[in-house]
Amino acid sequence: MSAPLVSMRGLGRTFVNRKGLFGARRSMRAVDDVTLDIPAGKVTGVVGESGCGKSTLARLALRLIEASSGSVTFDGTDIGSLEPAAMRQIRRRMQMVFQDPYSSLDPRYSIADCLLEPFAIQGLMPPARQRAAQVDDLLDMVGLARSVASSFPHQLSGGQKQRVGIARALALKPQFLVLDEPTASLDVSIQAQIIALLERFRDDFGLAYLFISHDLGLVRYFCDQVVVMYLGRIVEVMDRPDARPRHPYSRALLNSTFAPDPAKRRVVTPMAGEIPSPFALPPGCAFAARCPQASALCKAERPTLAESTAGGRIACHHPQD
Amino acid sequence: MALLDLSDVTVSIGALMPLDRIAFSIEAGEIVGVVGESGSGKSLTAMAVMGLLPLIGGRITSGAVRFADVELNRLPERDYRALRGRRIALISQNPMTSLDPIRRVGQQIDQVSMIHLGLGAQQARLRSVDMMRQLRIPEADVVHGNYPHHLSGGMKQRIVIAMALAADPELIVADEPTTALDVTIQAQIIQIMVEMVRRKNVALMLITHDMGVVAQACDRVVVLYAGRVAETGSVERIFAAPRHPYTKSLIGCIPVEGLAPGGLKGIDGVVPGVANYPTGCRFHPRCSLAQDRCKIEAPLLRTFDEGAAACHLAGDPP
Amino acid sequence: MTVPSSALGRLLRTPRGLGAAIVLAIIVLAAILAPVIAPYDYAAQNLRNANMDPGALHWLGTDEFGRDLFSRIIYGARTSLVIGVTSISISMVCGMALGATAGYFGGAFDRVVTMVVDLSWSFPEILLALILIAILGPGLASTMIAISIAYLAQFTRLTRAQVMALKSETYVEATISLGAGSGHVLFRHLLPNAVTPVIVAGMLATGDAIILEATLGFFGLGAQPPTPSWGAMMSSGTAQIFIAPWIIIFPGLAIAITVIAINLFGDALIDALDIRQRLREG
Repeated sequence: MSAPLVSMRGLGRTFVNRKGLFGARRSMRAVDDVTLDIPAGKVTGVVGESGCGKSTLARLALRLIEASSGSVTFDGTDIGSLEPAAMRQIRRRMQMVFQDPYSSLDPRYSIADCLLEPFAIQGLMPPARQRAAQVDDLLDMVGLARSVASSFPHQLSGGQKQRVGIARALALKPQFLVLDEPTASLDVSIQAQIIALLERFRDDFGLAYLFISHDLGLVRYFCDQVVVMYLGRIVEVMDRPDARPRHPYSRALLNSTFAPDPAKRRVVTPMAGEIPSPFALPPGCAFAARCPQASALCKAERPTLAESTAGGRIACHHPQD
Repeated sequence: MALLDLSDVTVSIGALMPLDRIAFSIEAGEIVGVVGESGSGKSLTAMAVMGLLPLIGGRITSGAVRFADVELNRLPERDYRALRGRRIALISQNPMTSLDPIRRVGQQIDQVSMIHLGLGAQQARLRSVDMMRQLRIPEADVVHGNYPHHLSGGMKQRIVIAMALAADPELIVADEPTTALDVTIQAQIIQIMVEMVRRKNVALMLITHDMGVVAQACDRVVVLYAGRVAETGSVERIFAAPRHPYTKSLIGCIPVEGLAPGGLKGIDGVVPGVANYPTGCRFHPRCSLAQDRCKIEAPLLRTFDEGAAACHLAGDPP
Repeated sequence: MTVPSSALGRLLRTPRGLGAAIVLAIIVLAAILAPVIAPYDYAAQNLRNANMDPGALHWLGTDEFGRDLFSRIIYGARTSLVIGVTSISISMVCGMALGATAGYFGGAFDRVVTMVVDLSWSFPEILLALILIAILGPGLASTMIAISIAYLAQFTRLTRAQVMALKSETYVEATISLGAGSGHVLFRHLLPNAVTPVIVAGMLATGDAIILEATLGFFGLGAQPPTPSWGAMMSSGTAQIFIAPWIIIFPGLAIAITVIAINLFGDALIDALDIRQRLREG
């Protein structure tokens, strides 16, 4: 098995702020000790609810924010140690597709300008007479009409804007794409179009994806390995998308994902308690307060992420079978 | 007779006609899902039922909304106000803005029973706390004295549900009540809502874009597309044998357990905006079965032995 | 910029916008064409015709030295417009530079800039201008410097607020992820999107600056004679107020009409651009 394209080791990021104007400083570990390999040509899904740290993780993977601890290695290079010039070079190979198509394009730029900007920034701008062709190529690739080139973002629909965002991310022919909930704000019929498009690119270009989402059903369809996060920590890694989750939280997530089939109705098991404040995490397992299986051990000692008997990894004292 | 009946309801806002001949009904105690994507008109339908269209400069220009035996669209505002909160309650999408931030949540629930049922403060409080317990709010008597900003999104939405149920309404209109919540919280809230309306035999009009929620919670389904009804029917039949091509494609857009890679197909094209609805059947530009007739003639909503569909090609399932 | 040019079209279709634009155009043209239009040399004295009523010979009358008021007012427009527009332009450019840098990079620089801005914000502009002229001495150049500095705080604040709001937009993050450095982000994305409210604020400030210049001129601290200045004209006219009141009235009217036209134009521009909300943030 070849080396993974992207490796994260003990990655962490802490934010500090003050409670109110005069309160004590407090810190929050948005991402806590994440160790993860992202293989080339495969889709790694990260799923979790609000506050789980998945968006922060996406930005750490591309060094859009600095890590507080740990490292991210891209194709053998530790990106955290790179100088700005070298970082700019390596950015050609790793790009991001953002969640909100409505604000990811500068409203003053025509679509052609948006698509040419990556080249301008990287000093790879084609000569003037080839620029229109370059823009056309990118529009064709994502299934947009060539006439879109002279339009402005406010004239396009959400789905069209997102296609432009994808085309922009692919303009420099990267090897690694981070997708931060790319379809969350789109209608479900458009979401399916975009996912089909992403599938094609993965196959045609051999891209590695880090696919962030809150939709476990979508992640299990699209991804080759599934990472479940809760309050900044990885609680489970499933190395096959159809694997049966063993962590109580992963199970709760799956249980909460309703199938479009009335024959598959289920009774939702009530989950006690609320998500604790990330500033005041109790010791032990982060999920213990809400877990139906929690024991005294769970509340006292934090479980480590270790090999799971079902393949993959799990951080739990009492995995379910 | 149906509890709520919309017959050919057409809504105009200025020169635009965002709802065209909407027709469906809800029986007492029934949970009906009104499902559609953006621009389908589902929120407008809720506003039409609640009589809130004037807030956005809209009005019902033809058709009728009947509740029990009252024709709502002809009702003077004073009488409508007596109805709202008492017999028909609304749950909105965003719990953050549904609650008054400067008043305690318990008081906001109490108010409903005090105004609509004439209860005294003590009685109202007991009733509210009981309702909160049924909605599985822990330490309900403590939470009763909290302000909204003390509570999480899921808790706030439970308070909003309590307010909706406080006056024992006959119908609740819930407009995307869980869209703003996390997935696990959403599942809990849907479960609780269904339990409560069944227990109190309240009808529920559940507006959502999520077919999974529809399959989980609803008895019958109304599918809207671009301001018109595409199909109605029982939840079992709609999912097992949908008649309208849009319903069929929409179900196919959801990744189900075990779907092979590459099996997720979207629907080509975009959802049309109100200003540029296509002629004839509004779905025809995106429909793989579209024929010439579909481009010119808008299909009428035809009733079958189970449900109704607005498609020239719809027949009874084999 | 495509968005503001279509707004300009909208603006000119409103009666208020069109009227203000026409008046401003007349004033600017008169100032530019002063040597051609003015019937007399603005400095030509003719003591035999001092304090004449407006009439066929001198359309707006003469002042205490027999100088033609009409010519002096037209040349005075030059002074006011040049000082107003130049000072505010300099102030805008410097304010935008300071505000953008403070808003984007934050940190100690931002804290210092904010402190200085808040300090000068608490002084009325006239007071600041007087203090600066006291240090620099009266004259055209010092007037322009004083006015520029007096209005610096406003543009710095506005730009800083805009940049801080815009830097968390997703397209800024997208540009950074493509490898852009701060310069590219600031000049290609943040400033172009932040500039529109600043330009409109600059336009309205020009009206203020013209009044400020006239005030300084009234006290003899602005442009020095023989350069005609509306404020100075009003000042010297106070002695003649019972004999020849028009010496004060006409320059005063000129100031009023100019500033009102600028303000109406600015108001119409705000409506046409629909940026009332963004201006409030500044």
